[in-house]
Amino acid sequence: MKKVLMGNHAATLGAALARVQVVAAYPITPATQIVELIAEMSAKGTFPGKFLRVESEHSAMAALLGAATAGARTFTATSSQGLAYMHELLHWVSGARLPVVMVDVNRALAAPWNLWTDQTDSLSQRDTGWLQFYCATNQEVLDTVLMAYKVSENLLLPSMVMLDGFTLSHVYEPVDVPDQKAVDAFLPPFKPAAFLDVKNPGAFGSLETPKPYFRLRRRIAVDMDRAEALVEQVGADFERSFGRGYGAVESYRSQDADVSLVCSGAVGSTAKQAVDELRAEGHAAGLLRFRLFRPFPAAALKRLTRPDMKLAVVDRNYSPGHQGIFCEEIKASLYATERRPEVYGFVAGLGGGDITVELLKEIWHEVKAGTADPVSPLWMEEAR
Amino acid sequence: MKPSISVDELMTSGHQACQGCGATLTMRYALKGLGPETVVVLPACCWTIIAGAAPRCSIGVPLLHAPFAAAAAAASGVKAGLSARGDGRTTVMAWAGDGGTYDIGIQALSGAADRDEDIIYCCYDNEAYMNTGIQRSGGTPSGAWTMTTPGKEGSERPKKDLDAIMEAHRIPYIATATPAYPEDMVRKFAKAKTIKGFRFIHVLSPCPPGWKYDTADTVKLSRLAVQTGMFALYEIAEGRFKLNLNPAKRKPVGEYLKPQGRFRGLKPDAEAAIQAEVDARWALLSQRHARGT
Repeated sequence: MKKVLMGNHAATLGAALARVQVVAAYPITPATQIVELIAEMSAKGTFPGKFLRVESEHSAMAALLGAATAGARTFTATSSQGLAYMHELLHWVSGARLPVVMVDVNRALAAPWNLWTDQTDSLSQRDTGWLQFYCATNQEVLDTVLMAYKVSENLLLPSMVMLDGFTLSHVYEPVDVPDQKAVDAFLPPFKPAAFLDVKNPGAFGSLETPKPYFRLRRRIAVDMDRAEALVEQVGADFERSFGRGYGAVESYRSQDADVSLVCSGAVGSTAKQAVDELRAEGHAAGLLRFRLFRPFPAAALKRLTRPDMKLAVVDRNYSPGHQGIFCEEIKASLYATERRPEVYGFVAGLGGGDITVELLKEIWHEVKAGTADPVSPLWMEEAR
Repeated sequence: MKPSISVDELMTSGHQACQGCGATLTMRYALKGLGPETVVVLPACCWTIIAGAAPRCSIGVPLLHAPFAAAAAAASGVKAGLSARGDGRTTVMAWAGDGGTYDIGIQALSGAADRDEDIIYCCYDNEAYMNTGIQRSGGTPSGAWTMTTPGKEGSERPKKDLDAIMEAHRIPYIATATPAYPEDMVRKFAKAKTIKGFRFIHVLSPCPPGWKYDTADTVKLSRLAVQTGMFALYEIAEGRFKLNLNPAKRKPVGEYLKPQGRFRGLKPDAEAAIQAEVDARWALLSQRHARGT
């Protein structure tokens, strides 16, 4: 059924359709409405799971550690400082191989205080062992929550689903809310192989010596290595069930492009407009939109780029002392390729600054004209 | 002869505790009271080690290790997860030391108590960070030497009154226990099991290497703590206060303090101050006992 939903409510409906069994969450702008709607649905009896109104994000993720180890399907949502506060538990949950799914509404980190969108919060959690998906529309938010459970429960690794603060979280868009029966067929109940069971007592998370610890980490690596193909496969399965397909990286008019913008999140949809306008002006422009960031979709990147295609990577995030995080990862991933495209980095829109069609076109022209710097990122501000 | 507590053991030998550890006796009695339908949630504490490294485990119930600050929250989640999967019976117990309770875990503890989560939270209190090698916690009493209160005077701050903090949360059950009184302890865990909502049990758990006494004296010190009034055995069920042991004549606190090397630097006036504090506290506890609230 088509509904007009804000991104936050699309996330909640995704969790409800996934028949989540335990939610533990704490409010934070701009993710609060996800939790509020869960509380409201819970009170009305229309949310399938138990809702724990915990006193912090650290406890939210700790509660999900407990609930998921008990074998339940779990969900939470947070943003920015809240995600940073969870950090310790993020490592714990992936190390424990628990398929928790969390929505993170991208918001800049303080200081100074800032409420608006920026990906540094989630990208700072790059090494915690969570899959990371970046969404461009509210429809994609709902759909990705469902796909994330399917992928996570196969891999036994947790997933983080990102949407842009305010730009998506508070903006209403038409969303096709799938039928519960169709979702149940796509996503059967979670059947944990091991869980806290008084009939079969065991210890979870006990001290390990270096050799078994190393091997357990190696197993995470092996499963992460198969995750990109699995994401593609689950995206194709989703298309068969619901008519909307998703890959690890979306390519838009880039087959013959001489310069492709590389974007993620809601900027990915703005960039389509920029590409269309550039094409209309006679330029060979294209777009690669990263949906998946962890595992890094190296196979898709290799498949979708050519040595004679230049990449203009737009990062709404920054690793101080280095460069935009997508840019550094793309460069590193292409390094092993014998003939690789040139990659140029642009930092834009930190703390919620607009990344407009005009700004994206300006970025595209910087690369096309050869005025961009292949080493350091250019910091781009919207002219207004 | 009928034994006064269950002969069933859910804790095994071969655990990794120090000789004379009070926390092993405590777990053994706690599980006698709770039985096999129990899940234990452990934050970082001595018991992280005592439970044993993988693949071994010294207790016969499911066990979840959790980060230091997270015991009460993780236990809340376990209870919710089990209930969501149709198991409303199993008792879930968070089992934390004083560091994980008085200090780093107090936020999660307060949150879970405030939500009246249906779990038991047991703090086995050995009055310092013993697993990391004897550093002061909020549970360390005044005058006690630790590695982070190294002067002759020991800890300059008194022990935090955690029981009062927990009572302020208006939870259905609070009890204290110590391993010299096993029947009392087993009864309290068994009673806690039958109550719904947040239950808090505070156990004074002597620690030979941290308190610096002979490993044979754990039970003796545990008993002296009660006999001198340094630690009171009581319970508060639905707001009703009851002293479980009310010695007619309390022994002087020196009998408890002197055998412990951690109080070696205690001057006579400091000991007198501790005695005065215990006397004053005991007057209040006796009043509460008489009043029943």
